[in-house]
Amino acid sequence: MHKGKESEAYIRAVTRVDMSDYDMNQLGINEGEDILLYTLEDSIEVPVFKGNLPESMLFMPMGPVANRLVGVDTSGKGMPSYKGFLVEVERP
Amino acid sequence: MSTLIENAVCTFCGCLCDDITVEVDNNRIVKTKRACANGRGLFMEYDATPRKPLIYGKEVSWEEAIAECAGILENADNPLIYGLSSTSTEAQKKAVELADRLGAVIDTTSSVCHGPTALAMQTVGEATCTLGEVSHRADLLVFWGCNPAVSHMRHFSRYSLMPKGKLVPNGRKDRRMYVVDVRPTASSKVADHFIQIKPGSDYEVLTVLRALAQGKKVDVDQVGGVAIEQLQQLVDHMKGCRFGAAFMGMGLTMTRGRDINVRELFSLVSELNQFTRFSVVPMRGHSNVAGADQVMTWQTGYPFAVSFARGYPQYGPGEFTAVDLLARGEVDAALIVASDPAAHFPRGAAAYLEQIPTIVIDPEKNMTAKAARVFLPTACCGIDAPGTYYRMDNISIHARPVVTSGRPGDEDVLTGIMEAMKLC
Repeated sequence: MHKGKESEAYIRAVTRVDMSDYDMNQLGINEGEDILLYTLEDSIEVPVFKGNLPESMLFMPMGPVANRLVGVDTSGKGMPSYKGFLVEVERP
Repeated sequence: MSTLIENAVCTFCGCLCDDITVEVDNNRIVKTKRACANGRGLFMEYDATPRKPLIYGKEVSWEEAIAECAGILENADNPLIYGLSSTSTEAQKKAVELADRLGAVIDTTSSVCHGPTALAMQTVGEATCTLGEVSHRADLLVFWGCNPAVSHMRHFSRYSLMPKGKLVPNGRKDRRMYVVDVRPTASSKVADHFIQIKPGSDYEVLTVLRALAQGKKVDVDQVGGVAIEQLQQLVDHMKGCRFGAAFMGMGLTMTRGRDINVRELFSLVSELNQFTRFSVVPMRGHSNVAGADQVMTWQTGYPFAVSFARGYPQYGPGEFTAVDLLARGEVDAALIVASDPAAHFPRGAAAYLEQIPTIVIDPEKNMTAKAARVFLPTACCGIDAPGTYYRMDNISIHARPVVTSGRPGDEDVLTGIMEAMKLC
């Protein structure tokens, strides 16, 4: 982050998704392979990494890549649903 | 010959650690002591070399850039001033003054951070305390929906878990720590108890905790994937402690329910004071986002989402919050101060900034600055500019500069824009 948002380190840090071992096995995906994530807003292709996560939960660092999947509805509060929204996952 | 500057303030996160030693050689920072990885990065990676402002990516003089900003804001019917969380309270005050004079909308990064916390606070109040009280008194810590081991790296060692305090002389041994989250984290690894709840079930779990704290019977075996016995144990520890402190983060504010999740936690904390001493402290992320709430409230009566379009401050979360305004295309110019909405807003809102004249005031050329019409590279408070900041527990701390750069501060630039518009 301190090296600037154009730096390779920042881009690599925010262009990834963590997934449970179980889900990776179910989808037949290996660590480092790209997967397709999509919501009603947009779709992105990012490399997947093993994370200590419950089944059916993904984790992405906040940043310009994850934010392509986030909707603009704030329920009248100003805050979009950055967490806890549904994402479809596919092998590209 | 190098100089050691003691007790420098790190202006990276809401911890505002003010015990940093910075070694400066020939006006360059060469070493830091006691800073965490984030703080070290802030001090060591910052390049204080004065830079020229940019208009459409081309270098111009400061006079030209200020005149361009004045022109953009003068010609706008409904400008937005946004950000303010990583600048000084002095600059924040100037930004509110500018919004007032322009009849603009002003919103801070609180709206995509602890805005829901402010809404909850306005509904049920906030039983809170300082981090000093936590370090000296707290024998029970509950971290809900936050991961300070990663986001606020010295929180445990400096304020909450580890310090040997007056009433907790053995430090960690005298404290019990809970983490409540939807996934295991670096923070849950060091906790005594980890309660893993199902995503989106914070409200239900907190409601049951409130019922159990009042001695009511609950006719279910589990809630949010957690056995009632486990929640009863947490309640017993909460009621049995001498001084409890809850810390809450984006796990509550960014998920379904938003402010009503926080309202349940704040209500639980208030009600626990029937049995013992209990407080809650929101884990504020950016260094002076708490200050932004303070300044906005002093100056306008409201913590964020304020429009001056009618000549007086109107409060409107959902109406005057930046994401909503940009997503609906309701502003025709934007002045972004010390924040990076292009990186942090949903794409559907951030993209609109590229369609309107946007001004960015920031020490770094961030993603928003890259697409802005005008970029004004200013000094960084705590490194090459002074300024007052508010820690996450709303304690004000003055940050002194550790090097000199000749870069103007955010307050200077905002004053310059107002002078160019003949608003001063």
